[in-house]
Amino acid sequence: MYQYDSTDQALVDQRVAEFRDQTRRYLNGELSEDDFRPLRLRNGLYIQRFAPMLRIAIPYGLLSSTQLRMLASIARRYDRSYGHFTTRQNLQLNWPKLADVPDILADLATVQMHAIQTSGNCVRNVTSDHLAGVAADELEDPRPYCELLRQWSSFHPEFTYLPRKFKIAVSGAPADRAATEVHDIGLHLVRSAAGELGFEVLVGGGLGRAPMIGQVIREFLPMGDLLSYTEAILRVYNRYGRRDNIHKARIKFLVKSLGIATFREQVEAEWQASRDFDSQLTPAQIAHARSFFQPHPYATLANTDSLAAAGPEFKAWYRYNTRAHKVSGYRVVFVSLKPVGAAPGDMSADQMEAVAQLADEVSFGEIRATHNQNVVLADVRQTDLAKTWQELKRLGLATPNIGTLTDMIVCPGLDFCSLANAGTISVAHQLQRHFDDYDYLYDIGEIELKMSGCMNACGHHHVGHIGILGVDKHGEEWYQITIGGSARESSSLGHVIGPSVPQAEVAATVERILDVYRELRQEDERFIDTVRRVSATPFKERVYAKDLAAA
Amino acid sequence: MQKILRLPEAPAAGAAGPEVPLITQAELLADPARYRAGGARVGVRVAPSDRVEDLAPHLAHLALVAIEFPGPGEGRGYTYARLLRQRYAFSGEIRAVGPAVKQDLLFFMVRCGFDAFDLAPDQNLTEARQALGRFTLAYQPAVPRAAVREPRFTATR
Repeated sequence: MYQYDSTDQALVDQRVAEFRDQTRRYLNGELSEDDFRPLRLRNGLYIQRFAPMLRIAIPYGLLSSTQLRMLASIARRYDRSYGHFTTRQNLQLNWPKLADVPDILADLATVQMHAIQTSGNCVRNVTSDHLAGVAADELEDPRPYCELLRQWSSFHPEFTYLPRKFKIAVSGAPADRAATEVHDIGLHLVRSAAGELGFEVLVGGGLGRAPMIGQVIREFLPMGDLLSYTEAILRVYNRYGRRDNIHKARIKFLVKSLGIATFREQVEAEWQASRDFDSQLTPAQIAHARSFFQPHPYATLANTDSLAAAGPEFKAWYRYNTRAHKVSGYRVVFVSLKPVGAAPGDMSADQMEAVAQLADEVSFGEIRATHNQNVVLADVRQTDLAKTWQELKRLGLATPNIGTLTDMIVCPGLDFCSLANAGTISVAHQLQRHFDDYDYLYDIGEIELKMSGCMNACGHHHVGHIGILGVDKHGEEWYQITIGGSARESSSLGHVIGPSVPQAEVAATVERILDVYRELRQEDERFIDTVRRVSATPFKERVYAKDLAAA
Repeated sequence: MQKILRLPEAPAAGAAGPEVPLITQAELLADPARYRAGGARVGVRVAPSDRVEDLAPHLAHLALVAIEFPGPGEGRGYTYARLLRQRYAFSGEIRAVGPAVKQDLLFFMVRCGFDAFDLAPDQNLTEARQALGRFTLAYQPAVPRAAVREPRFTATR
């Protein structure tokens, strides 16, 4: 993985010193609340309902065991001994003290980590495929380009006060595991007809109140132009994005109002006029970045039959919580952060330390955070799977539910967030308890349930196969349900299938949706494919018919 | 009272000085000849909604360009300074003006090409000067008068 050089380290250290001084001035009364807000946001610090929340950057989701141990240590020392993994591969601490944050950032800097630009109207943490470098379908490892973008966007002087936040995701495989189509910029590594490696560039995707799917602005961008072309997009956005209405300020509204053709012309004109003075990537810089992401020193191993002598519990875990690795004899292991009774995405300090230890023993000391709020050990020998499973089971991290209904994405909701209209964690618990029968879950098969506590959509509900949105109805928490969304390749937005339901009815409503699916599916058709084939109409008619009958 | 901080290396900044009359971009564009009469030199205030490229034909006659930062979230001025310096090669003073010109933004402004800062009333000149030195390095290429050592990513020109 990437290792800081003296420049990276000095910048992070200088940032810590700067924020320490800014925090001191705020606590002294020299900086007003209004002046401090954008400064603390650019260091990941929100003021939430009950306490500050600190969002720590995990660049493209990749952590060393040393870094995960430091996160455990920070969670224990400054917080309540746990952290929460987010849909953008970051880690949030829910209970730090404002006055401690400079010390937390200083601790992070000792392990080449930071919270730079994890919030605020600037370029955020660049996210990527959690199977980068190990997926068999990958054209090229996207992480070197993520790292180059991380550096280029850090403290970018021109783009630190954009109209609104700006999120970039990069994928190197045809299967989109990074939700690139719902990012402000989505980058797909592709080869030109001549065999040259470059990017397909999408722009204007995003969720929130007005979800939109990104559109192709450029079919092929040569690698060396990555930064200058991104700067051209950002410069057009910085100048012409709306600043008068926060709800219309994301780049997707500019792209929509101009139309992709006009927006493309403006970006091309800006690029042609500016590319000579914007950042250029040299072949040497690209090669240097790539040198940090070379394959691990894998042993030459044959694939083994891991299931031959295994019991049913291990078999279920193997089937749901592991994936193929491109190198024979290895397997990718998902660490489920979705056990029954937990807040999805939460991990205790003890678990972090134990997983760090496990990563050192079986997975080259690296850990990945996924945008589905789980953790991955990407390089486990098949012969180590049994002991890995035993250890994860001991830690409560082997719930065999990856890719199933209870592997849901859930934002923190009303329990923590000052924007939320409704609770999400209690609804997650309701769903976990209601759907606790594995035979049923496995029969339903691959499905993505995503839940947000408000229309800002941090839980990505628009792109859930089943999406749940918390709404406030006269002071009560109600939930609107959509079906048919997806953030994978050829993504789609979900359709509302009826009126919102009271909190107590969510699981029962989801079950009725699944009843319709079980009746209409053909052979082993997935839920999303059935919805796409039959449309949302049969679901609308039947899921709510019972409500009417009961009423 | 105005508190103007200038970069030590800013050339002839004193010649521009606060006494140079400032007009709006709209005033200049309405009658450019009037402001050139007798070799007079003026400064122009650029508001966030102005089109900075419209200034290009007049830059040779301007003593300074003052770019407005009316509020803490306003970020268009950073782009305007970069364009003036890099696309239009303006070598006169570029001054940040307005209530949001505060010490914590100065480093970004310098990197975009500003070389003078009309500080907000609550700002302390000494602290603001120190704030310019908070970062000694940067990733991105910047204007000629960069405040840092060689950046990591460079421009072809």
